[in-house]
Amino acid sequence: MRKRFFVLAVVAAALAACSSAGVDPSIEDGASATTGSGQSTVTQVQAGDGESDRMGPASVGRTIYFDFDSFVVKPEYEPIVEGHARFLRSHPDRNVALEGNTDERGSREYNLALGQKRSEAVRRAMRLAGASDSQMEAVSFGEENPAAYGSTEEDYAQNRRVEIRYR
Amino acid sequence: MTLDHRSNSFFVRRGLLAALAGAPWLPALAQFRVEVSGVGMTQLPIALPTFRGQSASPQPISEIVRADLERSGRFRALGDERDMDETTRPDFSAWRGRRADALAAGSVATADSGRWRVRFRLWDIVKERDLGGQGYLVPEADLRLAAHRIADYIYEQLTGEQGVFSTRLAYVTKSGSRYTLWVADADGENAQAALSSNESIISPSWSPDGAYLAYVSFEARKPVVYVHQVATGQRRLVANFKGSNSAPAWSPDGRHLAVTLSRDGGSQLYIIGADGSGLRRLTQSQSIDTEPRFSPNGKDLYFVSDRGGGPQVYRMSVQGGGAQRVTYDGNYNVSPSISPDGRWMAYISRKSGRFGLHVMELASGKATAITDTRDDEHPSFAPNSRLIVYATREGAERVLMTTTIDGKIKARLAGHGRDIREPSWGPFQR
Repeated sequence: MRKRFFVLAVVAAALAACSSAGVDPSIEDGASATTGSGQSTVTQVQAGDGESDRMGPASVGRTIYFDFDSFVVKPEYEPIVEGHARFLRSHPDRNVALEGNTDERGSREYNLALGQKRSEAVRRAMRLAGASDSQMEAVSFGEENPAAYGSTEEDYAQNRRVEIRYR
Repeated sequence: MTLDHRSNSFFVRRGLLAALAGAPWLPALAQFRVEVSGVGMTQLPIALPTFRGQSASPQPISEIVRADLERSGRFRALGDERDMDETTRPDFSAWRGRRADALAAGSVATADSGRWRVRFRLWDIVKERDLGGQGYLVPEADLRLAAHRIADYIYEQLTGEQGVFSTRLAYVTKSGSRYTLWVADADGENAQAALSSNESIISPSWSPDGAYLAYVSFEARKPVVYVHQVATGQRRLVANFKGSNSAPAWSPDGRHLAVTLSRDGGSQLYIIGADGSGLRRLTQSQSIDTEPRFSPNGKDLYFVSDRGGGPQVYRMSVQGGGAQRVTYDGNYNVSPSISPDGRWMAYISRKSGRFGLHVMELASGKATAITDTRDDEHPSFAPNSRLIVYATREGAERVLMTTTIDGKIKARLAGHGRDIREPSWGPFQR
Protein backbone atom coordinates (compact mmCIF):
# COMPACT_ATOMS: atom_id res chain seq x y z
CA MET A 1 0.00 0.00 0.00
CA ARG A 2 1.00 3.53 -0.53
CA LYS A 3 2.32 5.08 2.60
CA ARG A 4 1.67 8.55 3.74
CA PHE A 5 5.07 9.82 4.66
CA PHE A 6 3.71 13.25 4.91
CA VAL A 7 2.46 14.08 8.32
CA LEU A 8 1.58 17.64 9.01
CA ALA A 9 0.77 19.63 12.04
CA VAL A 10 -1.79 22.29 11.61
CA VAL A 11 -1.65 25.01 14.13
CA ALA A 12 -4.95 24.87 15.88
CA ALA A 13 -7.33 27.60 15.07
CA ALA A 14 -7.33 29.36 18.35
CA LEU A 15 -6.43 32.21 16.11
CA ALA A 16 -9.81 33.74 15.55
CA ALA A 17 -9.58 35.16 19.05
CA CYS A 18 -6.03 36.39 19.13
CA SER A 19 -6.34 38.58 16.10
CA SER A 20 -4.60 41.74 17.15
CA ALA A 21 -2.09 40.04 19.43
CA GLY A 22 1.45 39.32 18.31
CA VAL A 23 2.46 36.45 16.14
CA ASP A 24 1.40 33.11 17.44
CA PRO A 25 4.73 31.34 18.02
CA SER A 26 3.26 27.88 18.11
CA ILE A 27 3.89 26.54 14.60
CA GLU A 28 5.08 23.00 15.05
CA ASP A 29 6.62 20.70 12.54
CA GLY A 30 4.97 17.48 11.56
CA ALA A 31 7.05 14.37 12.05
CA SER A 32 8.26 12.64 8.96
CA ALA A 33 8.45 8.89 9.02
CA THR A 34 11.14 8.48 6.46
CA THR A 35 14.32 9.81 5.02
CA GLY A 36 13.56 8.03 1.81
CA SER A 37 12.30 9.19 -1.51
CA GLY A 38 9.23 11.00 -0.31
CA GLN A 39 5.55 10.23 -0.21
CA SER A 40 4.84 10.20 -3.88
CA THR A 41 6.53 6.92 -4.63
CA VAL A 42 5.92 5.55 -8.09
CA THR A 43 7.44 2.28 -9.22
CA GLN A 44 8.09 1.97 -12.90
CA VAL A 45 7.14 -1.07 -14.91
CA GLN A 46 8.45 -2.02 -18.33
CA ALA A 47 5.84 -3.56 -20.60
CA GLY A 48 6.80 -6.60 -22.68
CA ASP A 49 6.54 -6.73 -26.43
CA GLY A 50 3.60 -8.12 -28.34
CA GLU A 51 3.62 -11.08 -30.63
CA SER A 52 5.19 -10.68 -34.01
CA ASP A 53 3.61 -11.17 -37.42
CA ARG A 54 4.09 -14.69 -38.73
CA MET A 55 3.85 -16.04 -42.23
CA GLY A 56 0.48 -16.17 -43.92
CA PRO A 57 -0.48 -16.96 -47.53
CA ALA A 58 2.07 -15.78 -50.08
CA SER A 59 1.14 -13.01 -52.47
CA VAL A 60 -2.17 -12.18 -50.82
CA GLY A 61 -2.60 -8.60 -49.60
CA ARG A 62 -2.78 -7.92 -45.88
CA THR A 63 -4.59 -4.61 -45.74
CA ILE A 64 -8.20 -3.66 -46.43
CA TYR A 65 -9.01 0.03 -46.70
CA PHE A 66 -12.31 1.72 -45.84
CA ASP A 67 -14.10 4.86 -46.93
CA PHE A 68 -14.64 7.71 -44.51
CA ASP A 69 -17.14 6.79 -41.78
CA SER A 70 -17.67 3.42 -43.48
CA PHE A 71 -17.48 -0.17 -42.25
CA VAL A 72 -18.26 -1.89 -45.53
CA VAL A 73 -15.69 -4.26 -47.04
CA LYS A 74 -15.59 -3.07 -50.63
CA PRO A 75 -15.87 -5.64 -53.48
CA GLU A 76 -12.32 -4.87 -54.65
CA TYR A 77 -11.04 -6.59 -51.47
CA GLU A 78 -12.83 -9.89 -52.12
CA PRO A 79 -9.63 -11.55 -53.42
CA ILE A 80 -7.85 -10.68 -50.16
CA VAL A 81 -10.72 -11.95 -48.01
CA GLU A 82 -10.97 -15.16 -50.01
CA GLY A 83 -7.22 -15.70 -50.07
CA HIS A 84 -6.96 -15.58 -46.28
CA ALA A 85 -10.13 -17.61 -45.75
CA ARG A 86 -8.72 -20.32 -48.02
CA PHE A 87 -5.40 -20.29 -46.15
CA LEU A 88 -7.15 -20.61 -42.77
CA ARG A 89 -9.29 -23.47 -44.02
CA SER A 90 -6.22 -25.36 -45.18
CA HIS A 91 -4.22 -24.46 -42.04
CA PRO A 92 -6.60 -25.15 -39.14
CA ASP A 93 -3.70 -24.75 -36.68
CA ARG A 94 -3.08 -21.14 -37.70
CA ASN A 95 -4.72 -18.09 -36.14
CA VAL A 96 -5.16 -14.59 -37.41
CA ALA A 97 -5.71 -11.20 -35.82
CA LEU A 98 -7.81 -8.68 -37.70
CA GLU A 99 -6.61 -5.29 -36.52
CA GLY A 100 -9.01 -2.40 -37.09
CA ASN A 101 -7.68 1.14 -37.42
CA THR A 102 -9.09 4.64 -37.83
CA ASP A 103 -7.79 8.08 -38.58
CA GLU A 104 -6.81 10.33 -35.70
CA ARG A 105 -9.81 12.64 -35.57
CA GLY A 106 -11.99 12.52 -32.47
CA SER A 107 -12.07 10.49 -29.27
CA ARG A 108 -9.48 7.72 -28.88
CA GLU A 109 -11.96 5.36 -27.23
CA TYR A 110 -14.69 6.04 -29.76
CA ASN A 111 -12.16 5.46 -32.53
CA LEU A 112 -11.22 2.19 -30.86
CA ALA A 113 -14.87 1.16 -31.16
CA LEU A 114 -15.00 2.31 -34.80
CA GLY A 115 -11.87 0.26 -35.60
CA GLN A 116 -13.52 -2.70 -33.93
CA LYS A 117 -16.51 -2.29 -36.22
CA ARG A 118 -14.15 -2.48 -39.21
CA SER A 119 -12.31 -5.56 -37.96
CA GLU A 120 -15.61 -7.31 -37.25
CA ALA A 121 -16.82 -6.48 -40.76
CA VAL A 122 -13.71 -8.23 -42.14
CA ARG A 123 -14.27 -11.17 -39.79
CA ARG A 124 -17.83 -11.57 -41.07
CA ALA A 125 -16.62 -11.43 -44.67
CA MET A 126 -13.95 -14.05 -43.94
CA ARG A 127 -16.50 -16.26 -42.22
CA LEU A 128 -18.79 -16.03 -45.23
CA ALA A 129 -15.79 -17.06 -47.30
CA GLY A 130 -15.43 -20.15 -45.16
CA ALA A 131 -12.96 -19.23 -42.40
CA SER A 132 -13.70 -20.44 -38.90
CA ASP A 133 -14.42 -17.90 -36.14
CA SER A 134 -12.23 -19.91 -33.81
CA GLN A 135 -9.17 -19.05 -35.93
CA MET A 136 -9.91 -15.33 -36.03
CA GLU A 137 -9.78 -12.55 -33.46
CA ALA A 138 -11.15 -9.13 -34.41
CA VAL A 139 -9.40 -6.41 -32.38
CA SER A 140 -8.90 -2.69 -32.72
CA PHE A 141 -6.08 -0.20 -32.39
CA GLY A 142 -8.37 2.76 -32.99
CA GLU A 143 -6.13 5.69 -33.90
CA GLU A 144 -3.13 4.34 -31.96
CA ASN A 145 -1.30 2.63 -34.81
CA PRO A 146 -1.40 4.93 -37.84
CA ALA A 147 0.16 3.84 -41.14
CA ALA A 148 0.60 7.50 -42.11
CA TYR A 149 1.35 10.25 -39.62
CA GLY A 150 0.22 13.33 -41.51
CA SER A 151 -3.11 15.11 -41.32
CA THR A 152 -4.09 15.22 -44.97
CA GLU A 153 -7.04 13.39 -46.48
CA GLU A 154 -4.59 10.92 -48.09
CA ASP A 155 -3.01 10.18 -44.70
CA TYR A 156 -6.41 9.65 -43.14
CA ALA A 157 -7.39 7.29 -45.97
CA GLN A 158 -4.18 5.26 -45.39
CA ASN A 159 -5.17 4.87 -41.73
CA ARG A 160 -8.78 3.73 -42.20
CA ARG A 161 -7.90 0.08 -42.58
CA VAL A 162 -7.87 -3.46 -41.24
CA GLU A 163 -4.55 -5.27 -41.13
CA ILE A 164 -4.47 -9.05 -41.25
CA ARG A 165 -1.75 -10.50 -39.02
CA TYR A 166 -0.87 -14.14 -38.44
CA ARG A 167 0.09 -15.29 -34.98
CA MET B 1 0.57 -12.58 -19.88
CA THR B 2 2.44 -12.47 -16.62
CA LEU B 3 1.84 -10.30 -13.64
CA ASP B 4 4.68 -8.10 -12.56
CA HIS B 5 5.67 -8.91 -9.00
CA ARG B 6 8.98 -7.23 -8.63
CA SER B 7 11.44 -6.27 -6.00
CA ASN B 8 10.20 -3.12 -4.44
CA SER B 9 13.37 -1.26 -3.59
CA PHE B 10 15.06 -1.98 -6.89
CA PHE B 11 12.16 -0.65 -8.86
CA VAL B 12 11.71 2.39 -6.71
CA ARG B 13 15.29 3.25 -7.49
CA ARG B 14 14.92 2.46 -11.15
CA GLY B 15 11.74 4.47 -11.36
CA LEU B 16 13.44 7.49 -9.90
CA LEU B 17 16.37 7.17 -12.25
CA ALA B 18 14.06 6.82 -15.20
CA ALA B 19 12.14 9.87 -14.15
CA LEU B 20 15.35 11.85 -13.93
CA ALA B 21 16.44 10.65 -17.34
CA GLY B 22 13.01 11.44 -18.74
CA ALA B 23 13.61 15.00 -17.63
CA PRO B 24 10.26 16.57 -16.92
CA TRP B 25 12.06 17.32 -13.64
CA LEU B 26 14.00 20.24 -15.03
CA PRO B 27 14.25 22.40 -11.96
CA ALA B 28 13.08 25.89 -11.20
CA LEU B 29 12.59 28.47 -13.96
CA ALA B 30 11.06 26.25 -16.63
CA GLN B 31 8.45 25.11 -14.18
CA PHE B 32 6.49 28.27 -13.65
CA ARG B 33 4.96 28.92 -16.97
CA VAL B 34 1.44 29.14 -15.66
CA GLU B 35 0.13 30.55 -18.87
CA VAL B 36 -2.99 32.11 -17.57
CA SER B 37 -5.21 33.44 -20.28
CA GLY B 38 -8.49 35.18 -19.73
CA VAL B 39 -9.68 37.16 -16.75
CA GLY B 40 -11.71 35.87 -13.86
CA MET B 41 -14.39 38.03 -12.34
CA THR B 42 -13.36 38.10 -8.71
CA GLN B 43 -9.76 37.28 -7.94
CA LEU B 44 -8.52 37.75 -4.43
CA PRO B 45 -5.21 39.63 -4.35
CA ILE B 46 -2.70 37.82 -2.16
CA ALA B 47 0.87 38.86 -1.37
CA LEU B 48 3.40 36.03 -1.44
CA PRO B 49 6.82 37.32 -0.40
CA THR B 50 9.65 34.96 -1.30
CA PHE B 51 10.10 32.55 1.58
CA ARG B 52 13.11 33.20 3.77
CA GLY B 53 15.89 30.77 2.84
CA GLN B 54 14.29 29.91 -0.48
CA SER B 55 17.37 30.72 -2.55
CA ALA B 56 19.14 27.78 -0.88
CA SER B 57 16.18 25.45 -1.36
CA PRO B 58 16.00 23.04 -4.34
CA GLN B 59 12.39 24.10 -4.85
CA PRO B 60 11.13 27.72 -5.08
CA ILE B 61 8.34 27.22 -2.56
CA SER B 62 6.58 30.56 -2.81
CA GLU B 63 6.56 30.41 -6.61
CA ILE B 64 4.97 26.95 -6.59
CA VAL B 65 2.31 28.29 -4.21
CA ARG B 66 1.78 31.31 -6.42
CA ALA B 67 1.42 29.23 -9.59
CA ASP B 68 -1.07 26.90 -7.88
CA LEU B 69 -3.23 29.75 -6.62
CA GLU B 70 -3.24 31.56 -9.95
CA ARG B 71 -4.15 28.42 -11.87
CA SER B 72 -7.27 28.09 -9.72
CA GLY B 73 -8.61 31.33 -11.15
CA ARG B 74 -9.54 32.53 -7.67
CA PHE B 75 -6.38 34.51 -6.84
CA ARG B 76 -4.13 37.17 -8.20
CA ALA B 77 -0.68 36.91 -6.64
CA LEU B 78 1.48 39.89 -5.78
CA GLY B 79 5.14 38.89 -5.74
CA ASP B 80 7.49 40.55 -3.35
CA GLU B 81 11.11 40.32 -2.27
CA ARG B 82 10.41 41.70 1.18
CA ASP B 83 12.44 40.08 3.93
CA MET B 84 9.87 38.41 6.13
CA ASP B 85 8.80 34.96 7.29
CA GLU B 86 6.14 33.25 9.39
CA THR B 87 7.32 35.01 12.53
CA THR B 88 6.99 38.50 11.10
CA ARG B 89 3.91 40.52 11.97
CA PRO B 90 2.87 42.30 8.76
CA ASP B 91 2.49 46.06 8.46
CA PHE B 92 -1.23 45.87 7.65
CA SER B 93 -1.77 49.43 6.49
CA ALA B 94 1.24 49.24 4.16
CA TRP B 95 -0.07 46.00 2.62
CA ARG B 96 -3.53 47.50 2.26
CA GLY B 97 -1.89 50.36 0.41
CA ARG B 98 -0.50 47.76 -2.00
CA ARG B 99 -4.02 46.37 -2.40
CA ALA B 100 -3.29 42.99 -0.87
CA ASP B 101 -6.26 41.35 0.84
CA ALA B 102 -4.20 38.46 2.21
CA LEU B 103 -0.55 37.65 2.80
CA ALA B 104 1.34 34.39 3.29
CA ALA B 105 4.93 34.48 4.48
CA GLY B 106 7.21 31.66 5.45
CA SER B 107 10.62 30.07 5.47
CA VAL B 108 12.46 27.01 4.25
CA ALA B 109 15.57 25.64 5.92
CA THR B 110 17.56 22.44 6.21
CA ALA B 111 16.87 20.19 9.17
CA ASP B 112 18.39 16.95 10.42
CA SER B 113 18.82 13.77 8.33
CA GLY B 114 18.77 15.63 5.02
CA ARG B 115 15.27 16.85 5.60
CA TRP B 116 13.82 20.30 5.10
CA ARG B 117 11.66 22.39 7.37
CA VAL B 118 9.00 24.53 5.70
CA ARG B 119 6.81 26.89 7.72
CA PHE B 120 4.37 29.60 6.83
CA ARG B 121 1.63 31.80 8.21
CA LEU B 122 -1.41 33.27 6.48
CA TRP B 123 -2.81 36.71 7.29
CA ASP B 124 -6.08 38.45 6.48
CA ILE B 125 -4.81 41.93 5.70
CA VAL B 126 -8.25 43.55 5.56
CA LYS B 127 -9.38 42.27 8.96
CA GLU B 128 -5.85 42.27 10.40
CA ARG B 129 -6.28 38.65 11.46
CA ASP B 130 -3.88 35.76 11.83
CA LEU B 131 -5.35 32.87 9.80
CA GLY B 132 -2.93 30.27 11.15
CA GLY B 133 -0.06 28.42 9.63
CA GLN B 134 1.59 25.08 9.18
CA GLY B 135 4.99 23.47 9.49
CA TYR B 136 6.36 20.54 7.56
CA LEU B 137 9.45 18.43 8.06
CA VAL B 138 10.01 16.62 4.80
CA PRO B 139 12.59 14.80 2.68
CA GLU B 140 13.76 16.78 -0.32
CA ALA B 141 11.49 14.82 -2.65
CA ASP B 142 8.48 16.17 -0.77
CA LEU B 143 9.36 19.86 -0.90
CA ARG B 144 7.02 20.43 -3.81
CA LEU B 145 4.29 18.59 -1.98
CA ALA B 146 4.83 20.88 1.01
CA ALA B 147 4.34 23.86 -1.30
CA HIS B 148 1.15 22.33 -2.72
CA ARG B 149 -0.09 21.73 0.84
CA ILE B 150 0.52 25.38 1.62
CA ALA B 151 -1.50 26.38 -1.45
CA ASP B 152 -4.29 24.04 -0.36
CA TYR B 153 -4.32 25.60 3.13
CA ILE B 154 -4.50 29.13 1.72
CA TYR B 155 -7.19 28.16 -0.79
CA GLU B 156 -9.30 26.51 1.88
CA GLN B 157 -8.97 29.34 4.38
CA LEU B 158 -9.84 32.01 1.84
CA THR B 159 -12.47 30.28 -0.32
CA GLY B 160 -14.02 27.84 2.13
CA GLU B 161 -13.50 25.00 -0.36
CA GLN B 162 -11.04 22.15 -0.51
CA GLY B 163 -7.97 22.76 -2.66
CA VAL B 164 -6.67 20.26 -5.22
CA PHE B 165 -3.03 21.33 -5.44
CA SER B 166 -1.65 18.33 -3.55
CA THR B 167 -3.53 15.84 -5.73
CA ARG B 168 -1.93 13.95 -8.61
CA LEU B 169 -2.38 13.66 -12.35
CA ALA B 170 -1.75 10.70 -14.61
CA TYR B 171 -1.03 11.22 -18.28
CA VAL B 172 0.65 9.53 -21.23
CA THR B 173 3.50 10.80 -23.38
CA LYS B 174 4.77 9.54 -26.69
CA SER B 175 8.42 10.06 -27.51
CA GLY B 176 9.59 8.47 -30.73
CA SER B 177 7.96 5.05 -30.62
CA ARG B 178 8.02 4.98 -26.81
CA TYR B 179 4.89 5.42 -24.70
CA THR B 180 5.12 6.31 -21.01
CA LEU B 181 2.43 6.56 -18.38
CA TRP B 182 3.37 9.24 -15.84
CA VAL B 183 2.16 10.17 -12.40
CA ALA B 184 2.75 13.84 -11.65
CA ASP B 185 1.79 16.60 -9.27
CA ALA B 186 -1.41 18.50 -10.10
CA ASP B 187 0.71 21.18 -11.81
CA GLY B 188 2.17 18.55 -14.16
CA GLU B 189 5.58 18.70 -12.45
CA ASN B 190 7.52 16.07 -10.55
CA ALA B 191 6.49 13.41 -13.05
CA GLN B 192 7.48 9.83 -12.33
CA ALA B 193 7.16 7.01 -14.84
CA ALA B 194 4.72 4.27 -13.88
CA LEU B 195 4.84 2.27 -17.12
CA SER B 196 6.72 2.41 -20.37
CA SER B 197 5.88 0.44 -23.47
CA ASN B 198 6.53 0.16 -27.19
CA GLU B 199 2.78 0.17 -27.79
CA SER B 200 0.19 2.77 -26.95
CA ILE B 201 -1.36 3.30 -23.52
CA ILE B 202 -4.72 5.08 -23.27
CA SER B 203 -7.55 5.89 -20.87
CA PRO B 204 -5.76 5.97 -17.50
CA SER B 205 -8.25 6.26 -14.65
CA TRP B 206 -7.51 6.71 -10.92
CA SER B 207 -9.13 4.46 -8.35
CA PRO B 208 -11.18 6.45 -5.81
CA ASP B 209 -8.51 5.87 -3.13
CA GLY B 210 -5.70 7.13 -5.39
CA ALA B 211 -3.66 3.94 -5.02
CA TYR B 212 -4.36 2.33 -8.41
CA LEU B 213 -4.57 3.28 -12.05
CA ALA B 214 -6.70 1.36 -14.51
CA TYR B 215 -5.71 1.80 -18.16
CA VAL B 216 -5.74 0.27 -21.60
CA SER B 217 -2.44 -1.12 -22.87
CA PHE B 218 -1.74 -2.37 -26.38
CA GLU B 219 1.48 -4.14 -25.38
CA ALA B 220 0.03 -7.55 -26.34
CA ARG B 221 -0.96 -6.17 -29.79
CA LYS B 222 -4.55 -5.80 -28.71
CA PRO B 223 -6.22 -3.55 -26.16
CA VAL B 224 -6.46 -5.05 -22.68
CA VAL B 225 -7.31 -3.46 -19.32
CA TYR B 226 -4.85 -3.44 -16.44
CA VAL B 227 -5.21 -2.32 -12.83
CA HIS B 228 -1.82 -1.07 -11.66
CA GLN B 229 -0.81 -0.33 -8.08
CA VAL B 230 1.13 2.89 -8.44
CA ALA B 231 3.45 2.63 -5.44
CA THR B 232 4.61 -0.96 -6.05
CA GLY B 233 4.22 -1.32 -9.81
CA GLN B 234 2.24 -4.53 -9.32
CA ARG B 235 -0.38 -4.89 -11.97
CA ARG B 236 -3.26 -7.20 -12.72
CA LEU B 237 -4.79 -7.97 -16.08
CA VAL B 238 -8.49 -7.47 -15.31
CA ALA B 239 -9.98 -7.62 -18.81
CA ASN B 240 -8.30 -9.72 -21.50
CA PHE B 241 -11.21 -11.28 -23.32
CA LYS B 242 -11.27 -12.20 -26.98
CA GLY B 243 -11.51 -9.00 -29.02
CA SER B 244 -10.93 -5.51 -27.65
CA ASN B 245 -10.99 -4.53 -23.97
CA SER B 246 -11.05 -0.83 -23.17
CA ALA B 247 -12.45 2.31 -21.49
CA PRO B 248 -12.12 1.39 -17.79
CA ALA B 249 -14.05 3.55 -15.31
CA TRP B 250 -14.05 3.00 -11.54
CA SER B 251 -17.22 2.73 -9.51
CA PRO B 252 -17.20 5.31 -6.67
CA ASP B 253 -16.69 2.54 -4.08
CA GLY B 254 -13.61 1.30 -5.96
CA ARG B 255 -14.92 -2.25 -6.16
CA HIS B 256 -15.94 -2.41 -9.79
CA LEU B 257 -14.94 -1.18 -13.21
CA ALA B 258 -17.20 -0.39 -16.11
CA VAL B 259 -15.42 -1.48 -19.30
CA THR B 260 -16.07 -1.75 -23.02
CA LEU B 261 -15.63 -5.25 -24.43
CA SER B 262 -16.16 -6.74 -27.88
CA ARG B 263 -16.10 -10.36 -26.71
CA ASP B 264 -19.73 -10.91 -27.72
CA GLY B 265 -19.51 -8.81 -30.90
CA GLY B 266 -19.68 -5.03 -31.16
CA SER B 267 -18.42 -2.66 -28.46
CA GLN B 268 -20.67 -3.09 -25.44
CA LEU B 269 -20.60 -2.06 -21.78
CA TYR B 270 -19.87 -4.53 -18.97
CA ILE B 271 -19.25 -4.31 -15.23
CA ILE B 272 -16.36 -6.32 -13.81
CA GLY B 273 -14.83 -6.59 -10.34
CA ALA B 274 -11.65 -4.57 -9.85
CA ASP B 275 -9.96 -7.97 -9.32
CA GLY B 276 -11.30 -9.25 -12.65
CA SER B 277 -14.12 -11.30 -11.15
CA GLY B 278 -17.87 -11.31 -11.77
CA LEU B 279 -18.33 -10.11 -15.34
CA ARG B 280 -21.82 -8.74 -16.08
CA ARG B 281 -23.02 -7.42 -19.42
CA LEU B 282 -24.80 -4.07 -19.16
CA THR B 283 -25.87 -3.03 -22.65
CA GLN B 284 -27.44 -5.17 -25.39
CA SER B 285 -27.43 -3.03 -28.48
CA GLN B 286 -26.50 -3.29 -32.12
CA SER B 287 -24.59 -0.01 -31.77
CA ILE B 288 -21.31 1.18 -30.29
CA ASP B 289 -21.57 1.75 -26.52
CA THR B 290 -18.35 2.99 -24.89
CA GLU B 291 -16.66 5.63 -22.68
CA PRO B 292 -18.65 4.78 -19.54
CA ARG B 293 -18.47 7.08 -16.47
CA PHE B 294 -20.20 6.44 -13.16
CA SER B 295 -22.36 9.13 -11.63
CA PRO B 296 -20.91 10.19 -8.22
CA ASN B 297 -23.62 8.24 -6.36
CA GLY B 298 -22.67 5.09 -8.28
CA LYS B 299 -26.23 4.48 -9.49
CA ASP B 300 -25.99 5.63 -13.09
CA LEU B 301 -23.58 5.33 -15.97
CA TYR B 302 -23.01 8.04 -18.53
CA PHE B 303 -21.68 6.65 -21.80
CA VAL B 304 -21.27 7.34 -25.49
CA SER B 305 -23.41 5.52 -28.03
CA ASP B 306 -24.08 5.87 -31.74
CA ARG B 307 -27.52 4.22 -31.40
CA GLY B 308 -29.12 7.40 -32.75
CA GLY B 309 -26.72 7.76 -35.67
CA GLY B 310 -23.69 9.81 -34.58
CA PRO B 311 -22.09 9.45 -31.15
CA GLN B 312 -24.02 11.08 -28.28
CA VAL B 313 -23.85 10.90 -24.49
CA TYR B 314 -26.54 8.79 -22.80
CA ARG B 315 -27.30 7.87 -19.20
CA MET B 316 -28.59 4.57 -17.86
CA SER B 317 -28.92 2.76 -14.54
CA VAL B 318 -26.05 0.45 -13.59
CA GLN B 319 -28.80 -2.12 -13.04
CA GLY B 320 -29.45 -2.01 -16.78
CA GLY B 321 -32.60 -1.00 -18.64
CA GLY B 322 -33.26 1.90 -20.93
CA ALA B 323 -31.01 4.86 -21.63
CA GLN B 324 -31.85 8.57 -21.73
CA ARG B 325 -30.08 10.79 -24.19
CA VAL B 326 -28.08 13.58 -22.50
CA THR B 327 -26.52 15.54 -25.40
CA TYR B 328 -28.55 16.85 -28.33
CA ASP B 329 -26.64 19.73 -29.85
CA GLY B 330 -24.43 18.64 -32.75
CA ASN B 331 -23.84 15.19 -34.25
CA TYR B 332 -20.61 14.19 -32.44
CA ASN B 333 -20.49 14.40 -28.62
CA VAL B 334 -17.99 12.15 -26.85
CA SER B 335 -15.67 11.62 -23.83
CA PRO B 336 -17.89 12.64 -20.89
CA SER B 337 -16.37 13.44 -17.50
CA ILE B 338 -18.78 13.96 -14.60
CA SER B 339 -17.85 16.43 -11.85
CA PRO B 340 -17.54 14.77 -8.42
CA ASP B 341 -20.35 17.01 -7.10
CA GLY B 342 -22.61 15.67 -9.86
CA ARG B 343 -23.50 19.11 -11.21
CA TRP B 344 -21.45 19.27 -14.40
CA MET B 345 -20.45 17.18 -17.37
CA ALA B 346 -17.39 18.07 -19.44
CA TYR B 347 -17.30 16.52 -22.92
CA ILE B 348 -15.94 17.02 -26.42
CA SER B 349 -18.25 18.24 -29.14
CA ARG B 350 -17.46 18.49 -32.83
CA LYS B 351 -18.75 21.66 -34.44
CA SER B 352 -17.73 22.62 -38.00
CA GLY B 353 -14.79 20.20 -37.91
CA ARG B 354 -13.53 21.57 -34.57
CA PHE B 355 -13.34 19.29 -31.53
CA GLY B 356 -13.99 21.59 -28.57
CA LEU B 357 -14.33 21.14 -24.81
CA HIS B 358 -17.85 21.86 -23.56
CA VAL B 359 -19.34 21.93 -20.08
CA MET B 360 -23.00 21.08 -19.49
CA GLU B 361 -24.94 21.91 -16.34
CA LEU B 362 -26.67 18.56 -15.92
CA ALA B 363 -29.75 19.89 -14.14
CA SER B 364 -30.64 22.32 -16.91
CA GLY B 365 -28.96 20.67 -19.89
CA LYS B 366 -27.39 24.04 -20.71
CA ALA B 367 -24.04 23.54 -22.49
CA THR B 368 -21.24 26.04 -23.03
CA ALA B 369 -18.17 25.88 -25.24
CA ILE B 370 -15.24 26.88 -23.02
CA THR B 371 -12.30 26.74 -25.44
CA ASP B 372 -11.48 28.03 -28.91
CA THR B 373 -8.94 25.32 -29.72
CA ARG B 374 -9.55 22.70 -32.42
CA ASP B 375 -8.35 19.38 -31.06
CA ASP B 376 -9.48 19.09 -27.46
CA GLU B 377 -9.55 15.58 -25.98
CA HIS B 378 -10.17 13.58 -22.85
CA PRO B 379 -11.39 16.04 -20.17
CA SER B 380 -11.08 15.01 -16.51
CA PHE B 381 -12.52 16.87 -13.52
CA ALA B 382 -10.49 17.89 -10.49
CA PRO B 383 -11.82 16.35 -7.27
CA ASN B 384 -13.22 19.71 -6.09
CA SER B 385 -15.28 20.04 -9.32
CA ARG B 386 -13.74 23.49 -9.96
CA LEU B 387 -11.11 22.70 -12.60
CA ILE B 388 -10.86 20.45 -15.63
CA VAL B 389 -7.67 19.06 -17.16
CA TYR B 390 -7.77 18.22 -20.87
CA ALA B 391 -5.46 17.52 -23.80
CA THR B 392 -5.27 19.77 -26.81
CA ARG B 393 -2.93 20.87 -29.57
CA GLU B 394 -0.78 23.98 -29.74
CA GLY B 395 0.79 24.06 -33.18
CA ALA B 396 2.44 20.69 -33.66
CA GLU B 397 2.57 19.91 -29.93
CA ARG B 398 0.05 17.99 -27.92
CA VAL B 399 -0.23 19.66 -24.54
CA LEU B 400 -2.24 19.53 -21.32
CA MET B 401 -4.30 22.47 -20.12
CA THR B 402 -6.33 23.18 -17.04
CA THR B 403 -9.37 25.40 -17.16
CA THR B 404 -11.92 26.71 -14.72
CA ILE B 405 -15.37 25.34 -15.51
CA ASP B 406 -16.45 28.71 -16.91
CA GLY B 407 -13.43 28.66 -19.25
CA LYS B 408 -12.16 32.01 -18.01
CA ILE B 409 -8.80 30.92 -16.59
CA LYS B 410 -6.68 28.44 -18.50
CA ALA B 411 -3.14 27.32 -17.80
CA ARG B 412 -0.81 25.13 -19.81
CA LEU B 413 0.77 22.48 -17.64
CA ALA B 414 4.43 21.60 -17.53
CA GLY B 415 6.00 19.08 -19.86
CA HIS B 416 6.78 21.17 -22.91
CA GLY B 417 8.11 19.84 -26.21
CA ARG B 418 6.40 16.52 -25.83
CA ASP B 419 3.44 14.69 -27.10
CA ILE B 420 1.25 14.62 -23.98
CA ARG B 421 -2.23 13.13 -23.86
CA GLU B 422 -4.85 11.24 -21.87
CA PRO B 423 -4.85 13.22 -18.59
CA SER B 424 -6.68 11.87 -15.55
CA TRP B 425 -7.04 13.90 -12.37
CA GLY B 426 -6.63 11.86 -9.19
CA PRO B 427 -8.73 12.05 -6.03
CA PHE B 428 -8.08 14.06 -2.88
CA GLN B 429 -5.12 12.59 -1.01
CA ARG B 430 -5.88 11.49 2.50
